[in-house]
Amino acid sequence: MPLRRRSISYSRYGYIFCLPFVLAFLVFSLYPILYTALIGFTDLKGVNTREFHILDNPFDNFKNLLFENELFRKSIVNTGIIWILNFIPQLGIALLLTAWFTNKRLNIRGQGAFKILFYMPNVITAGTIAVLFSSLFAYPIGPVNSLYQMLGWSSEPVNFLLDKWTARGIVSFIQYWMWYGHTMLILIAGVLGINPALYEAAAIDGANGWQQFTKITLPGIKTIMLFVLITSMIGGLQMFDIPQLFQSGGPDNSTYTASMFIYAQAFKGQYLYNRAAAASMILFLIAAVLSAILFYMLRDRDAARTKKEEKRIRKAARAQGGVTHV
Amino acid sequence: MYSATKKTNTFALKLNRTFIYIVCVFLALMSIMPFWIMFVNATRSTPQIQAGLSLLPSSHLMRNLEVLVGKSFDPLTGLMNSFIISAGTTLCAVYFSALTAYALVVYNWRFRQPFFTFIVLIMLIPAQASAVGFYQFMYQLGWTNNHLPLILPAIASPAIVFFMRQYLLGALSFEIVESARVDGSGEFATFNRIILPIMMPAVATQAIFVFVGSWNNLFMPLILLTKQDYYTLPIMVNLLRGDIYKTEYGSIYLGLSLTAIPLFIVYFLLSRYIIEGVALGSVKE
Repeated sequence: MPLRRRSISYSRYGYIFCLPFVLAFLVFSLYPILYTALIGFTDLKGVNTREFHILDNPFDNFKNLLFENELFRKSIVNTGIIWILNFIPQLGIALLLTAWFTNKRLNIRGQGAFKILFYMPNVITAGTIAVLFSSLFAYPIGPVNSLYQMLGWSSEPVNFLLDKWTARGIVSFIQYWMWYGHTMLILIAGVLGINPALYEAAAIDGANGWQQFTKITLPGIKTIMLFVLITSMIGGLQMFDIPQLFQSGGPDNSTYTASMFIYAQAFKGQYLYNRAAAASMILFLIAAVLSAILFYMLRDRDAARTKKEEKRIRKAARAQGGVTHV
Repeated sequence: MYSATKKTNTFALKLNRTFIYIVCVFLALMSIMPFWIMFVNATRSTPQIQAGLSLLPSSHLMRNLEVLVGKSFDPLTGLMNSFIISAGTTLCAVYFSALTAYALVVYNWRFRQPFFTFIVLIMLIPAQASAVGFYQFMYQLGWTNNHLPLILPAIASPAIVFFMRQYLLGALSFEIVESARVDGSGEFATFNRIILPIMMPAVATQAIFVFVGSWNNLFMPLILLTKQDYYTLPIMVNLLRGDIYKTEYGSIYLGLSLTAIPLFIVYFLLSRYIIEGVALGSVKE
C-alpha cells in the first residue's frame, strides 16, 4: 500500500470561510448601491410604484439637485456648517485634555473616572439626546429658560429655537458633546504610542511642556489626527438623528442636513425615490473622495516604510557577501 | 536662587493643576447634568416642571408612567424589538467577521491580499449611499416590517473584520492550527472550538460596540419599519416629540429615560472595556 503523503491544500477553506461575507456584501450592499445608482437615472416615484424607466435625459435628477434645487444645496451647506462648528471645538478640547492627561509632570488624578464621564454621552441614543435637548431648551417653560431666569440673565422666557444660528449652535454642540470624549481617547492612545525616550531626551535638553507638545506630541499624532478628521467628516456627512429629532431641520431649514433631505425626498410626501437616489450618489461620491484622501495618506506612509525596510535588508545582504537571510 | 525658582515652579504647577481639575470637573458635570435633569424630571409632574428647575426627584413617577403607556408609547415592545435586532446583529457581525478574519490570516489563497484591500476600501461606505435601493429591494421581497433586513447585512462588517484580523495576527500561532490538524480536527471545527475562544477578547470588545451601535441606529429602522409593532426604541423616541405628549413633560422625560436606562446599565458595567476598546480600535494604521 503506497503511503498517502500528498500534502493537503487548505487554500480552498480561505474561499469557503469568506463566502458568507462576500454573499452578504453582494446582496445587502453592492446590489443596493448599484440599484440606487440606477434609480438615480430613472423616473421612479410614488408609493407602490414598481415600474420605472430611464429618463430621456438620464442626468436630469442630478442636474435638478445641483443647479435648481435650493433645498438640497442648503442641506449640503448646513451639513458643512454644523460639522465645522462641532469639529473645531471638539478637536481643540480633545487636544487640550490629551496634553493634560498625558503630561507626566502634571500627574492628573482621577483620569479613569474623567474618561468614563467624558465618553458617556457617546453611548446614549443620539435620538434620545436630541429630544432631551429640545426639551431642555423648550419655550416658554424649560430647564434652560428656568436657569436663565434664576440667574437673572433674562426676565422674559427666551425662545432659543426660533433663531437659526442658535439652533445650529445647539445641534453642533450636541455633536461636539457626544464626540469629544471619543476623539480624546483616540488621541491619548496615539500619544501613548510615541516613544517615551523622545520626551526624556527633550526634557534633558531643557524643552518645556509647550515645546514638547508642539515639537514631539503634535508631529507624533499627525496621522491619527488625520484619521480622526476624515472619519469625522464622513460621519458628519451622514448626520441625521440629531437634527431630525431636535427640530426636524427647523427653524427655517437651518438645521436641515443632506441625510434628512434623502430621507424626506424618498420616504415622505411625494416619495421621490429617483431624486433621493441621485442625492445619495452625490453624497457617496463626496465620501469616496474623502476616503480616497485618507487611504492615500495612510498607504503612502506604509509603502514608504516597507520600501525603506527592503532597501535596508538588501544593503545588509550585500554587506554579508550576497547571503540573504531575512 | 535655585530653591526660589523651584518654589515658583511648584506654585505654578499647583495653580495649573487646580485649573485643570476645575475644567475637568466642569466637563464631567456637563456630561452628567442633562441626564440628571432627565431622570429627575421623569419623576416630577407637569406643574412642578413648569415651576422651575430642580435637582431632586419627586414622587410622580407612576403617574407619568401611566400617561406615557396610556398613549402610543410602548416601551416593552420597543425594548423587545431593539433587543432582537441588536442581539441578532451582534451575533452575525462578530461570528462571521471572526471567520472572515481567520480566512485572511491562516489560509494562503490567491485572492487573499486583493480581498483584504477590498475590505479596507468598502469600510467607509455610508449607509445612506444604498438606502433607497436597499428599501426598494426589500420592498419587492416583502421584507419591510421584518427584523431580518436589519440583522443579516451585519454578516458583512468590513471594519470588524479589519479589527479582528489585526488581533489574530498578534494572537494566533500556526502551531495551534497545525496540531489541531494532526489531531484530525476539521478546519471548521478547529475554528469553532479552538480559534474562537482564542479570539474572545477581540470578539467581546467588538460585540459591545456593535450592540450599542445597532441599538442606537435610527436611519435604517425608520425607513424599513412602518408598523408600530416593529418599532425600535429610537423610533419610539420620535413619538415623544409629537402632539400627543405636548404638555405631559414628565412623561416625555420618562420615555427618554426608559430608552437610555439599558445603555447606562451596559455602559457602567462595561465602561472599562469600552474605554480600552475605543483606544484599541484607533491604533490601527
